[in-house]
Amino acid sequence: MAVQLDALPPVTPTERSTARPPRRYRLSRLDDKYSPYLYIAPFFLLFGVFGAYPLAYTFWVSLHDWDLLAAEHPFVGGENYTRLLADPDFWHSVVNTLGIFVISTVPQLFAALWLASLLNRRLRARTTWRMAVLVPNVTSTAAVAIVFGVLFGRQFGMINWLLDLVGVDAIDWKSNRFASWVAISAMVDWRWTGYNALIFLAAMQAIPRDLYESAAIDGASRARQFWKITVPLLKPTIIFAVIVSTIGGLQLFTEPRMFHSGTNPIRGGPLRESQTMTMYMFENAFAPHYNFGYGSAVAWLLFALIAIVAAINVVILRRLGGTDGPTRVRRPRKERTR
Amino acid sequence: MGVFPRRRLAAVALVAATALLTTAGCGGDEPAEGGPVTLTVDVFGQMGYQELYQEYMAAHPDVKIVERGTGGNLDEYSPKLTQWLAAGKGAGDVVAIEEGLLVEYKANPQNFVNLLDHGAAELKGNFLDWKWNQALTADGKQLIGLGTDVGGMAMCYRSDLFAKAGLPTQRDEVSKLWPTWQDYVATGEKFKAANTGAAFLDSATNIFNTIVLQTAGNAQGYHYYDTANNLVVDSNPAVRQAWDTTMDILDSGLSGKYGSWSEEWVSAFKQAKFATIACPAWMTGVIEGNAGPAAKGKWDIAQVPGNGGNWGGSFLAVPKQSKHQAEAIELAKFLTSAKGQIGAFKAKGPLPSNPQALDDPAIVDSKNAYFSDAPVGKIFAAGAKSLKPVYMGPKNQAVRTEVENAVRTVDLGQRSPEQAWTDAVNNAKKAAAK
Repeated sequence: MAVQLDALPPVTPTERSTARPPRRYRLSRLDDKYSPYLYIAPFFLLFGVFGAYPLAYTFWVSLHDWDLLAAEHPFVGGENYTRLLADPDFWHSVVNTLGIFVISTVPQLFAALWLASLLNRRLRARTTWRMAVLVPNVTSTAAVAIVFGVLFGRQFGMINWLLDLVGVDAIDWKSNRFASWVAISAMVDWRWTGYNALIFLAAMQAIPRDLYESAAIDGASRARQFWKITVPLLKPTIIFAVIVSTIGGLQLFTEPRMFHSGTNPIRGGPLRESQTMTMYMFENAFAPHYNFGYGSAVAWLLFALIAIVAAINVVILRRLGGTDGPTRVRRPRKERTR
Repeated sequence: MGVFPRRRLAAVALVAATALLTTAGCGGDEPAEGGPVTLTVDVFGQMGYQELYQEYMAAHPDVKIVERGTGGNLDEYSPKLTQWLAAGKGAGDVVAIEEGLLVEYKANPQNFVNLLDHGAAELKGNFLDWKWNQALTADGKQLIGLGTDVGGMAMCYRSDLFAKAGLPTQRDEVSKLWPTWQDYVATGEKFKAANTGAAFLDSATNIFNTIVLQTAGNAQGYHYYDTANNLVVDSNPAVRQAWDTTMDILDSGLSGKYGSWSEEWVSAFKQAKFATIACPAWMTGVIEGNAGPAAKGKWDIAQVPGNGGNWGGSFLAVPKQSKHQAEAIELAKFLTSAKGQIGAFKAKGPLPSNPQALDDPAIVDSKNAYFSDAPVGKIFAAGAKSLKPVYMGPKNQAVRTEVENAVRTVDLGQRSPEQAWTDAVNNAKKAAAK
């Protein structure tokens, strides 16, 4: 990602005093000079093996007519890409992905912000509450998806039963496009809202208390304090959360995949109601098409889409926060993975 | 050098040693020279091999058999198998292949051991001719699998729901209710009028697949592809006829809309939410597994409307990547022998593809206790030898998926029959071109 969130000046090894005899310290100076590279090398090695190489290889595969089982894979250049760009099912999956992303991420981040501000107040058993919001995140995605898949069942699902109690007709959650987006977003939010709330909470705690005190003395209400102090100071953290949610949201796979059961769950419904881009990639690269080249082309376009959406996010957030550069606030380093 | 204090060195050494040990541990599944060989068998659904394994292991003390994937869904199994084959690693020593997918594997036979090189030729008489030929490559030089079962057709029904609807419950009388699919629809309408709270059939896709295979088998012997591998979804009258019959069924509101193989489908079995289901021989094991012991004696088996047909059936193959090919081939031969097929039939119901087994009293006289002691041997085996197979073309699975999905959109009320037919034809063409 081209966005630098908290660029710190690189630490350069400081030269030791030259008064010391050079021979004795040559090793030590070599150590000073090169060992930092050695320390960061494992990351780059691992990234090279598990990040850069697959990325490049996927691109290479995407230029071929690559039947998964075939012995030969003829080179076709950009043909997979031109076909893909004209493929309505692909664009359908893009719309699904973006739709699910928007209706899951936007409420999720607002809810997380609200939860964090609640948790930041003086509460009884504060640690318990803070731990509790993270519990959904600890459960296995597949388990969550299966349980939600059953809850949102057409005939035997609890949600439809509850709707029936209040006189609403049963909704076919799995083969109604918008309903399936909502159901999947519910799954995503259930799992990730607490996690984001904790990130926001950590950042909130780094905001000096005296800012709030003086604002309170000036007569600012709680809501005003929240919007005028908390949110602007949380900006870098919010950018972080948005970008990570973007990456996760656009790569959404397990939830929609496990939400559907039966034949061809990878389609995300008979009319591909909730087939995300990653599912479309899977459908082409594996069953039933086994066209690895085409699947790889989907993977690359997904990568491009994530970069574009992340850039748009950053631009919007920069605009929102006025002209000041982002205030540096400590942020958790843990990567969010799905 | 002083950079590494001794304690840290010790720690590094410990880590390195652990890593080495772990790596060594990974290689631990390789048998020692002359030690027991572990054969992994990859299956889907219910193949009914457990007792046969016991018997085989008793006769071959140096072989241990592990089965993976029992009860699993074919849609989840086949991509896994393909990935293992593509990766050159991970597949079992013996793998089950369903006939609809066999064509794709056959197109790349280099992934499998040529069983003709291992004395399979003399086994030809042990299989129905078409079953043998299905696993033979186009040039006839490689045999990639040995046939296990064929999918002779019947109609399974819940006699308790039939009783509730005031319909006959005896299997012979039930068979007389529906000599044709039109009669099946008429019976369904009577059933529906009785308001039992259950649907007449599970969903549209299984019944469509049954009808299309039956119609195609009775006509030219092919459905989505002709025997020259041209896609003929839109021009083959057999496909259109099956489509129209299915639309009649849906139009009468007989479907429960429980998407086949979904969790709702399984729940619907348990809660007796539908009364009939198209029933290839292997389906009996699936019904028993899904409906559970509580429904024992409530299910029964009648003749399928129309005339015969074959749906499904599998093969056992040995991937080239297997490290124990010789032992794996022996096991595959044993499991597909007359004895193996009879054993599987008795355990889980897949109908033998071995003519000797089909004549064996153990099959002909067999009854299925779960299905109210239905004479499954008579019902299924009688027609098995005259089964008319349906030819499957190169992208059969992908095309079938598209057509079935179109059927499902009508079932769920998302598309009109005509819109869905257009979808089926267009999407099938697209899928075939991929």
